[in-house]
Amino acid sequence: MAEFRLPKNSRIKKGKHFDAANGSSNTKTFAVYRWDPSTGENPRVDTYEVDMDNCGPMVLDALIKIKNEIDPTLTFRRSCREGICGSCAMNIDGGNTLACTRDIKDVRGDVKIYPLPHMNVVKDLVPDLTNFYAQYASIKPWLQSRTPPPPDRERLQSKEDQELINEPSACILCACCSTSCPSYWWNSDRYLGPAALLAAYRWLVDTRDDATGERLDELEDPFRLYRCHTIMNCTQTCPKGLNPAQAIAETKKMLAERKY
Amino acid sequence: MSLRTPLGRVLGLGTAKDGTAHWWAQRVSGAGLAILGLWFAWSIATLPDYDHASAVAFISEPVNAVLLLLLTVTMGYHSYLGVQVVIEDYVHSHGIKITALVLSRFAHLFLAVAAVFAILKLGIGA
Repeated sequence: MAEFRLPKNSRIKKGKHFDAANGSSNTKTFAVYRWDPSTGENPRVDTYEVDMDNCGPMVLDALIKIKNEIDPTLTFRRSCREGICGSCAMNIDGGNTLACTRDIKDVRGDVKIYPLPHMNVVKDLVPDLTNFYAQYASIKPWLQSRTPPPPDRERLQSKEDQELINEPSACILCACCSTSCPSYWWNSDRYLGPAALLAAYRWLVDTRDDATGERLDELEDPFRLYRCHTIMNCTQTCPKGLNPAQAIAETKKMLAERKY
Repeated sequence: MSLRTPLGRVLGLGTAKDGTAHWWAQRVSGAGLAILGLWFAWSIATLPDYDHASAVAFISEPVNAVLLLLLTVTMGYHSYLGVQVVIEDYVHSHGIKITALVLSRFAHLFLAVAAVFAILKLGIGA
């Protein structure tokens, strides 16, 4: 059956408190999930009181400040710090988003930070995305064309053609959507999840691609595609403002269209 | 522990090339139920009385009997499709899942046939 309670060794305990206010009256408390596989201990939530007069505006700024100045053992992924690499996706204040584009001021009360939900944790805020990336690879995210390219120029698209893939190709594969989806939580071994399905849709509507039928064949499955029950957490949580739920609905419509 | 590749795991046994018919049937039966449900609610609300005699009189009307048969059969079918999805979502042990799917099919079929029999018995008169 689906597991609704965390296994015994995953239950979260109260952790350490770090007071780094430095006498400032302008502070914010960050409650951060911590787990280190090498200790054999249960995960815990450490709290850090941070001096906001000497901290950047985003949650990632605070995490970097905590790592640099308070607790160097804190582990998280980050790279571009401007919402284009997708590395710092995590669960902040109950929602999946990018730490680098989430304003600390928008969080009321303590800032609670957890890794992306329902994924195996590598350490602290770093989830294991192996399966997520394999699902992306499984939809063959590259151009498949039987038409040879023109010898003297690139494959052309009209402006309208380009607009079809504008939004779906803006996905940065941060995994916020897939890990916010209850269907993905229960069946991530067989359901591809909104991110991979949005990527599949991006190639379904690409006018330079000739493999639409084969791509639909690969998706037509009670688990790969039809585990989507239009819950729409994906669209609500996407830090890039994309709409995977609509892409999935359009894919279902294409499948119905070729059948009926 | 298995050293099968992550991609191999995702591709699994391949696609079932199925699911669209189920998805479509759920929507079409749902649309049917919306119409039949409105008729049923209106019929119940306008019954002169709620005793046995008025129920028999209502079902003895051929139009009512036919619509009631449609309602119960469609409801059983729609419910079966929905319960199937719930079982597939939440039951992960393969043996229990297959057993639950088969039992659900039996239960839905039994209830639908029992309901059809009851309507026919009252409608045609026994």
